[in-house]
Amino acid sequence: MIRHTLLLLIAWLAPAGLAMALAIGEPIVFDSEAQKRQYDTLVRELRCTVCQSETIHESNAELAADMRRRVYDMTLAGHDADAIVDFMVQRYGDYVRYRPPLQANTFLLWASPFLLMFGGVIVWWRVIVGRRSMIERPDFTEQERAVLERLRNDA
Amino acid sequence: MNLRLLIPLLATTALLGLLFIGLGMNSRDLPSPLVGKPAPAFTLEALEDAERLVTEQDFFGEVALVNIWATWCSTCRSEKPLLMELAAGGIPIHAFNYRDEREAALRYLGVSGNPYRTIAFDPRGDAGIDWGVYATPETYVLDAEGVIRYKRIGPISRQLLLDEVLPLVEKLREEQRNNEARRVAQS
Repeated sequence: MIRHTLLLLIAWLAPAGLAMALAIGEPIVFDSEAQKRQYDTLVRELRCTVCQSETIHESNAELAADMRRRVYDMTLAGHDADAIVDFMVQRYGDYVRYRPPLQANTFLLWASPFLLMFGGVIVWWRVIVGRRSMIERPDFTEQERAVLERLRNDA
Repeated sequence: MNLRLLIPLLATTALLGLLFIGLGMNSRDLPSPLVGKPAPAFTLEALEDAERLVTEQDFFGEVALVNIWATWCSTCRSEKPLLMELAAGGIPIHAFNYRDEREAALRYLGVSGNPYRTIAFDPRGDAGIDWGVYATPETYVLDAEGVIRYKRIGPISRQLLLDEVLPLVEKLREEQRNNEARRVAQS
């Protein structure tokens, strides 16, 4: 019975998966292994500009398919990765790159992890100093010691 | 007030402030690197006539709008009455028919009117990539020399036309007149 259900489920899902793969329409024929590598890297580094949070590799949007085809065509035509990224940046802006370049307007973005770490170090340092100053507090008086002792014994 | 309480309070307020600003921002408002650059070159069939080729040169010569549209795009349909008004008002509008079917597009224009002077047929979105098209509809303003001076991603509205597009068209026409006057004076 379980096996039956499983088979049914597979029979039901398989065409959907196949349809999805066809819709995404990965080109498969490359002249060389290097070209295939370049294509595979590039489609994971370019943003699908209409879907915003997906690379063109993941996206099913028509624009992403167009962009993949353009990357494929340019790769086959012998353009190197930099040229293809430049081509896309000229048309869609830096936004199209998933790895933003280090330049004036992205400086804060790149610096933020270090700034956050710096802030963390400061907080950590202050905590340490705070503990140290606690140790350096004046000793308890006889009376306080007696009260503490009594509390401990009661418990 | 205790500093220990004040710092988290300030940090939280700052974060909430950032999030609040983020709420008001439109994630579709993307800068176009093409503004200020010459219109990208292309060669496509004319929508009305597969034998006739349209190039970017057909868009030049006058201050003009370029509209990207398709019949499957409902926002394109809803902005079309405005385009009809602009065309009637003497502003040339050129177009890319984007990822569409020729028959459907021609039938649609036949029924609801055609505001476009030139229509390039781009069924595969080839010119779309060169023009940096995100999604239909999009509207560009070209000056007489064919430089892109403005780009709107998404539908136009009457308010947008009155506030931004029409003043720009006026300004560009003024520029064109001055340039022509200078040319005549020099020759």
